[in-house]
Amino acid sequence: MQARPNTSGADTAFHATLVLAGLGVVTVLAGVAWELLSLSGEALSKGGIGFITGMTWDPVAEEFGALPALYGTLVTSALALLIAVPLGIGSAVFMSEIASSRVATVVGVLVDLLAAIPSVIYGLWGLFVLAPLLREHVQPGVQKLFGELPLFAGPPLGVGYGTAGLLLAIMVIPVITAVSREVLRAVPDTQREAAYALGATPFEVIRGTVFPYARSGLVGAVVLGLGRALGETMAVTMVIGNRYDISASLFAPGYTLAAVIANEFTEAFSPHYLSALAGLGVVLLGTTLILNAAARLLVRGVRHGGAG
Amino acid sequence: MNPMPMPTETRRIATGAAGRDVALVAPRPHLGMPFQRDEDSPTAPDKEPRGIKMVIDSLTAGYGSHAVLRNVSLPVIERTVTAVIGPSGCGKSTLVRCLNRMHEIIPNACVSGRVLLDGRDIYGGHLDPIELRRRVGMVFQKPNPFPTMTVRDNVLAGWRLTGTRPPNADGVVEDALRRAALWDEVKDRLKAPGASLSGGQAQRLCIARALAVRPDVLLMDEPCSALDPIATARIEELIHELASSVTIVIVTHNMQQAARVSENTAFLYMGELIEFGATAGLFTRPSDPRTEDYITGRFG
Amino acid sequence: MIVNNVGLLPPISPRLRSRRIADRVFRWAVMASVLLVLLPLVAIMGTVIVRGAPALDWNFLTSLPKPVGETGGGVGHAILGTLFLALGGLLIAVPVGVPAGVFLASDRMPRLGGTVRLCADVLSGVPSIVVGMFAYTLLVLPFKQFSAMAGAFALAVIMLPTIARTTEEVVRLVPSTMTEAALALGAPRWRVMMQVVLPSAGKGVAAGVIAAFSRGAGETAPLMFTAFGSQFLTTSPMQPIAALPLVLFNYAVSPYDDWHAQAWAAALVLATLVLAGNVIAKVATTRRSR
Ligand SMILES: Nc1ncnc2c1ncn2[C@@H]1O[C@H](COP(=O)(O)OP(=O)(O)OP(=O)(O)O)[C@@H](O)[C@H]1O
Ligand SMILES: [Mg+2]
Repeated sequence: MQARPNTSGADTAFHATLVLAGLGVVTVLAGVAWELLSLSGEALSKGGIGFITGMTWDPVAEEFGALPALYGTLVTSALALLIAVPLGIGSAVFMSEIASSRVATVVGVLVDLLAAIPSVIYGLWGLFVLAPLLREHVQPGVQKLFGELPLFAGPPLGVGYGTAGLLLAIMVIPVITAVSREVLRAVPDTQREAAYALGATPFEVIRGTVFPYARSGLVGAVVLGLGRALGETMAVTMVIGNRYDISASLFAPGYTLAAVIANEFTEAFSPHYLSALAGLGVVLLGTTLILNAAARLLVRGVRHGGAG
Repeated sequence: MNPMPMPTETRRIATGAAGRDVALVAPRPHLGMPFQRDEDSPTAPDKEPRGIKMVIDSLTAGYGSHAVLRNVSLPVIERTVTAVIGPSGCGKSTLVRCLNRMHEIIPNACVSGRVLLDGRDIYGGHLDPIELRRRVGMVFQKPNPFPTMTVRDNVLAGWRLTGTRPPNADGVVEDALRRAALWDEVKDRLKAPGASLSGGQAQRLCIARALAVRPDVLLMDEPCSALDPIATARIEELIHELASSVTIVIVTHNMQQAARVSENTAFLYMGELIEFGATAGLFTRPSDPRTEDYITGRFG
Repeated sequence: MIVNNVGLLPPISPRLRSRRIADRVFRWAVMASVLLVLLPLVAIMGTVIVRGAPALDWNFLTSLPKPVGETGGGVGHAILGTLFLALGGLLIAVPVGVPAGVFLASDRMPRLGGTVRLCADVLSGVPSIVVGMFAYTLLVLPFKQFSAMAGAFALAVIMLPTIARTTEEVVRLVPSTMTEAALALGAPRWRVMMQVVLPSAGKGVAAGVIAAFSRGAGETAPLMFTAFGSQFLTTSPMQPIAALPLVLFNYAVSPYDDWHAQAWAAALVLATLVLAGNVIAKVATTRRSR
């Protein structure tokens, strides 16, 4: 395809506009990273590695350690994935492998609705419905059964790591479900037929051919869910309990990186304080990017080391 | 046109045998012997008598309310190659997919009539389709090896997927690959991914995979249509060799191929069985004008 | 799609029976997971409607909040503020996102395209609270003033990758035969893009924009230290402005029962707004793909 001489000027300008817009996206991302780093520079350079490993968060004494918040972020996200991955992939299997296309469409629409609900509404529900429910009916029961375990120690408050993790699970399930469904649908029917023709049951077909074929895509779905869990702010802020500490108990209140920022950013009274909060942002962004990159590498490793 | 009674008679008897499968498994001479060669057939008639492996009896099948196949009846003779020909969309794939109940994995597929395997109706309830499909294997139009498995695991897939392991896995792999005429080409790279083979090799791998579970019958739905002529010749040769041990039903678009590989041929047209009989006879002296039109290339 | 509706026949061997049982267990587990996934949807939407509807009336939708202690008052200012912020966000995000998406779909500079695509994906993974901090340092700190502008900018950053990637997707769906036909007629590329490709992808682009709008309208975290919130009806881009999610959050964490009730009503309004946007976008895209 060649550009005609009389129009190439307009074409070049047009193309230049497009390139400019593309560069705009790159600039914004670079801007986010740059601004965040420069704002947090002071806290990070002053605290060094201690900023990440420190346990104390004392704005008055200007002592800033991110570990409890980082711990809360990781624990709640891990818990969310633990719940959301089987349920999300299970629902995706239902939609792509088991349900009739009409039922699958209906379920798909509902799941998409779940994904569209703003997180502050999840938080509201978590605070006024889920937390009291857990406090009054679930946590005492669990303690009666497994009371000795440190995992369930402490008074049942309703808010805490466990509640946040559960709420996060509800929030990331639609992401994992929607992406997994697309991934599973992309598995060619010829693969399923090949397995059926060898005398496999539907379960064996899914386990033995569909899942392996879709593996990297499914990991991608989980990574997307993880990203959402790590960065989720409002809902977690409302049910995490806001205590800057580390606890092994899922019933204990805690804090997450995003929740600390949300609660304290507008109240930061000194540049140091602001810088430390930006530092939490850097830790959060860094965690998100590192886990994302790691998952991507994992997928690639699986692909290369394995077969496909 | 030369009225050759035999093929038509065959068809009539086969159709007329609806509900009387006992008769069809009985000694055959008076049944019209569709497997018998014409006198001028290049191949000598087989001395050893062969039984009837499968009987398709008044089979009607389709999707939803749309009947694709209507009242099709024909026998499949043990350890022979039966070709199914006909224009695109006439229901060839549907027919073979009814023989191992693969048809019903499509939503809203429907089927009625009977298909007898060794005299027993596969739709009759005594046989789980899961088991049936191990006895009646299938090879598809497009080679579909499992890309995430090695060549070796592909061959063993029928075992692996179903959670069983063959007593002598290496032996099974080698035997299946040899029978699929692929052993020499892949014996040094059994650990290579299944997706790394050429189209023709991949199709033979699929044949090996189907053979590894030792089926009685092998269904092949246009197994060569995605392959080049050399790979096609390889597979045709292979089909010839396999026919000594496995009953083969092959769907093909290519009439030369049907003529080359099969003993008997069924001609389907718009969901109906128009003609069934010994391949040589059907191709040289078709008894139905539609068959003649088709094999002379007037339509389809 | 393959659905196995093989009837369960009396299994013959115990081995086959256990395989069939495993298959059944799997099937039940999968169906149970769907129910568990849909349960919260029902619970959340149900609660929002049941608790939100009583406080919801015309007055609530149109009036301003009353001071603490007085009952009544509404969220009219926040509804307007949310529309204002989300539209403002679009105003910034669309002129960058749509051409960026067209650029991605054009494949004319694959290397740069790959970089842009990666950046868009990473950007869509950046936690929204971090985006809020970015907008704060860029537009609040220098002016020493929370502002609607900063809020709209933060929403724009969140909307940008969505708009760019949806645009890329729908532009790619335009059959190349169509563009080639126009190019063969001698039309310059930009004309083909503006008059052939974008009109035919228009609905899809619009759907992406609406989806971005409704996502932006529901965002809270990035507004906390940009738009900040306000008790009044403001329209100046340089002033703090109220937003429905902010009001909802502040009321929810407040100690007043009356505010809690209003938070539920605000949730009902917000959910309606956001879900309506989503449904419109979805309907538009399904029609298009038919
Ligand atoms: N999954 C399906 N749903 C509905 N109709 C179908 C389906 N598969 C096939 N058909 C219809 O059934 C008819 C027969 O299809 P079939 O695949 O058996 O034909 P065929 O003879 O194998 O054709 P070809 O030579 O092109 O492979 C066709 O009209 C087709 O449109
Ligand atoms: Mg076919």
